[in-house]
Amino acid sequence: MSDALLSASGVTKRYAGIVALQAVSLEVRAGEFAAVIGPNGAGKSTLFDCLTGVQRPDRGQVVFDGRPVDSLKPAARARAGMARTFQRIELFGGMTVLDHLLVADRARTRRGGLLADVLTGSHPSPEELARCAAVLELLGLEQWADRPAESLTLGKGRLVELARALMCEPKLLFLDEPSSGLDRHETDEMGNALQRVQHERGIAVLLIEHDVPLVERLAERISVLDYGELIASGPTEEVLSDQKVRIAYLGATT
Amino acid sequence: MTAAALELDHVDAAYGPFRALFDVSLRVDPGEAVALVGAHGAGKSTIARVASGLLPPTSGTIHVDGTDLTGRAPFHYARAGIAHAPEGRSTFASLTVTENLELAFRAARPKRDVAADMKEAFRLFPKLGERHDQLAGTLSGGEQRMLALARVLVLRPRLLVADELSLGLAPIVTAEVYRVLGQVRDTGTALLVVEQHLDHALAIADRVVVLQQGEVTFDGPPDRLGDLSSTVLLPDGSPSRAT
Amino acid sequence: MQLLEYAIRGVPTGCVFALLAVGLVLTYKTSGVFNLAFAGQAYVSAIVYYELRKELEWPLVAAGVVSILIVAPLIGLLLERVLFRYLRSAGSMAKLVTSLGLLIAIPEIAKLVFGSETRKNPPPLWWVRRTDEWLWPEGATFVLDAGQIATMASTLIVVVGLVVLFRFTNLGLRMRAVVESPRLAELSGVDSERVSMAAWMLSSVLAGLAGVLVAPLFASLNPFDLFTLLVAALAATVFGGLTSIPLTFLGGILLGVLQAVLAGTLPTDSVLTNGLRPSLPFVVLFLLLLFRPGLRSTRELADPLATVDAPPPPPVVRARPPWVATGARAFGTVAALIAFLVSWFVLDQYWLGLAISGLILSVTMMSLIVVVGMGGMLSLCQAALAAIGAFALAQVVQATGVPVVVGLVAGVLIAAAVGALLAVPVVRLDGVYLALATLAFALMFQSIFVPLSWVSGGAVPISVPRPVVGPLDLSDDRYFLVFVIVCATATALVVIRLREGTTGRFLQALQTSDVAAASIGINGPRARVVAFTIAAGIAGFGGGLTAIDLGQASYEASFPYLIGLVWVALLVSAGARSIQAAVMSGLFFFLFPALLDKLFALPGNWVESNPDAPSWVASIANAVQPTWAQSVAFILFGIGAITYAKHPEGSIEAQTTASINALVRRVEARNGDREQAPVGAGVGPGAGGSTP
Repeated sequence: MSDALLSASGVTKRYAGIVALQAVSLEVRAGEFAAVIGPNGAGKSTLFDCLTGVQRPDRGQVVFDGRPVDSLKPAARARAGMARTFQRIELFGGMTVLDHLLVADRARTRRGGLLADVLTGSHPSPEELARCAAVLELLGLEQWADRPAESLTLGKGRLVELARALMCEPKLLFLDEPSSGLDRHETDEMGNALQRVQHERGIAVLLIEHDVPLVERLAERISVLDYGELIASGPTEEVLSDQKVRIAYLGATT
Repeated sequence: MTAAALELDHVDAAYGPFRALFDVSLRVDPGEAVALVGAHGAGKSTIARVASGLLPPTSGTIHVDGTDLTGRAPFHYARAGIAHAPEGRSTFASLTVTENLELAFRAARPKRDVAADMKEAFRLFPKLGERHDQLAGTLSGGEQRMLALARVLVLRPRLLVADELSLGLAPIVTAEVYRVLGQVRDTGTALLVVEQHLDHALAIADRVVVLQQGEVTFDGPPDRLGDLSSTVLLPDGSPSRAT
Repeated sequence: MQLLEYAIRGVPTGCVFALLAVGLVLTYKTSGVFNLAFAGQAYVSAIVYYELRKELEWPLVAAGVVSILIVAPLIGLLLERVLFRYLRSAGSMAKLVTSLGLLIAIPEIAKLVFGSETRKNPPPLWWVRRTDEWLWPEGATFVLDAGQIATMASTLIVVVGLVVLFRFTNLGLRMRAVVESPRLAELSGVDSERVSMAAWMLSSVLAGLAGVLVAPLFASLNPFDLFTLLVAALAATVFGGLTSIPLTFLGGILLGVLQAVLAGTLPTDSVLTNGLRPSLPFVVLFLLLLFRPGLRSTRELADPLATVDAPPPPPVVRARPPWVATGARAFGTVAALIAFLVSWFVLDQYWLGLAISGLILSVTMMSLIVVVGMGGMLSLCQAALAAIGAFALAQVVQATGVPVVVGLVAGVLIAAAVGALLAVPVVRLDGVYLALATLAFALMFQSIFVPLSWVSGGAVPISVPRPVVGPLDLSDDRYFLVFVIVCATATALVVIRLREGTTGRFLQALQTSDVAAASIGINGPRARVVAFTIAAGIAGFGGGLTAIDLGQASYEASFPYLIGLVWVALLVSAGARSIQAAVMSGLFFFLFPALLDKLFALPGNWVESNPDAPSWVASIANAVQPTWAQSVAFILFGIGAITYAKHPEGSIEAQTTASINALVRRVEARNGDREQAPVGAGVGPGAGGSTP
């Protein structure tokens, strides 16, 4: 219990009379790779939004890294060590890949400001560039560093989002359907990148995903959402063979 | 021979510089159910959009019930009896359930008794009756899908273009939707069903059309599809759920 | 009892507010456009009615029918066909800027067509002059004049009619559906094009009706009064949440009643009354925008079928080689030097003065770069902030006798402080609401603060001497030009550094993806407050320089809020992020009308010097009037803003990018070096990378 990095308890969210989340409790331990699966409309995105602070739950608590974060806005939660990617890709316009990483790094270190900008021009320092280079290399993005991020394919764009999130040096990484819209090859590439990230950086990950083989390959523990309720939770193998889960999610008819 | 409910003849289509369909010919006869299957991004939804006039083709012609409607606005297609339930959210979020239905009923047949249509819609989907005063934007995904279907089904269109009806629906809801589709076909409406979920599509179809990267690669009865189903449909990114 | 009487007296005014506000709500509901040009449309109908009724002496009904039921819908139809049909899927900001451009251009076009002479005492849309000529001939407590009767009757008819339209008719239902998604409506068998045209015609009829009805309230007919009244009515629009017609009507009536009650109960000659009464609507609007619950959470509904449109072309992926930057800098320096030498040696007093004013305006334009271009906030109050800088400079210098340059710094600081105070509540608002809140602030400033003597110095503007800096006496325009160049260059350098530095990158991140910026820990409100404050400081700097230039800090002469709107339209259409665009548009604003003036004077002068020219040539030449200059210039400024939807990066920026790309391509072709293959089609439809 006490070793939980993120612990949500009794999170409930309603929209205009419809229960999107019903008393969902969830834990992610430090360094762990956890996943949430469930059909569209099961409340996965709402859960994500409640955990990262984009929406306020009607009831329930979220504790991160030993302190309640319920009153914190998304930006403050990010500074506390939560980073995320988006299902509908959210890149910054008019910026190169390297710019994305630099911005995230500056947001974390809070180096540079008005005076620094005006007096020195705030050019990237060698240390900053080195940190960016390390992440670019980890995700295999070196050759794209100077490309405008918007011009990349969706698969590469998602990797840029991941790189940007890593620059925040998070304790917990939220991944919102990183494979959606990707083809088989890009999905594999994403899977490999995630495995490398987990292996080399030891960051805890909470993954929302449709693609069951990908989840099977990556996640140690799975929670299943259906109609806003958690219907199963546990080690990956166990949960995926659960009959209830097969019916609700995998579309098994028997 | 009667005119086809829908006939696409050598159709090319594109989104800006991105070409999505190459020389597609497709015919749906009155009362016939055709399943359009293919991998993610193969162009299925594009065909659905061309069939309802949303996306004008760059070349080729479209005939509805024998009339050439190529390049006409989508409402001409709707008035000619083509109903399209597009994939994803396809209801007016700022209108109530009743208003959503009313809009379609009044536009389709100005002289008809809208109240009777409304009753029929709520008979098909009782859930909608319970929520008739609610804004469509506040409905769940499944309910929105039902609303989109109710809107077109009650009007008994000549052809229903159903785009990814099962996407994101719980299996039980999907089964319900397909039960209704079956009823609709039995009343004489032709169906063009776009689907990644093979079981359902094949169960309802008289004919299957397979699309690969914007081209038709198979057109025939479902039983002739045979082994193709595993080899043709799965490469390049079709979701694993289809297995 | 007394109070009730005051309240009842407020109802006619309330109806005026309600009518305008309901018209705006109708346009917004049926087209998704927050249509500031409503005032322009109203003005055209009012002019037509005036001309028909007063000049041609048509009967009332005929004049009313032609101006309201024929001219107005034709204008609406024209706007829909040539402009707004292409903007259906554009963002609300693009639509707002477009309507801003129209607001500037339409009245000027009307003036060109109908002549720009003053039109005094606009005729009412009613037969008798006052109720006591007709009803209760004697002893009536409330006497209504013709304008009030007509307004009250029309407002009631309009409100009831619109409520019926939206609640009970098929057309109303279709209009609501089409504005959410024209394509989805088509799939239901609705002819979206026709519905959209009908919506624009109807809302234009309402604008025309409002224009004709409201015109008699003013001593003479002019578009500025109409627009100011429209902004006042915005309070009612916001009260109705931009969509509810009954609530908007109620809001309008309440506003009128509140105004009348305040006028009746407050002491008549206090500062509070004199300031508060005319400004009450703007104060209410400002407060409503900040505090009305639910307003901030009303998001735009996205068209679910928007992905049918072709995705925007991927941004030009062509890294500019270093020689381009160097070349551009060298070219810019040479051009600036030549411009300077020409100004110094060639220009006479008149043109030199205009060039200086233009250059100073470009400093103010740079404040718009920071707040609009970098911050993504469409601030409509930069003119007010500039005025604050000018007033502060004048007051400090007058009160303490410090050198003017020190006063200039004080002006910057005070403008920045006011900007910061304003920014804290305002930056939380989304696009259109922020624009409206700043507009409300600009009008509050104009109606409450400008008349106060501790702000503006009262009726007579405070004079500001030209300073002496070192050996240079700046009262010589040529030395002053040098001083202004130094100031503008310093400002430009600061803005460039901010744009390229951390501040600019954070703002860029926030502007292109708010959620993603939050996800990496960028504090959005803080960054926006900083941007707004800096912009306010720069505007104050520009304002201070303007005061030094003119020798006085005069609101009327330099900073009316409508002029501020023209600045925004100009800069945004030239390129909201580019220094080059700021300098060009600043100079353009002053030099272009002057050039046109000279141009339009040519034919007349020619006739004078050639008295034996054939009479038909002379009559054609004499038809060209120098007075056209201002109108033509403003029409072009307005049309510039209309192009914003097409080139959000600005026309100068688009042009520069295009020509640099062409140049780079040609050089590369000659060198024969192959760049990497062009990059693919981007993220593709349905996966657009940014939220505009």
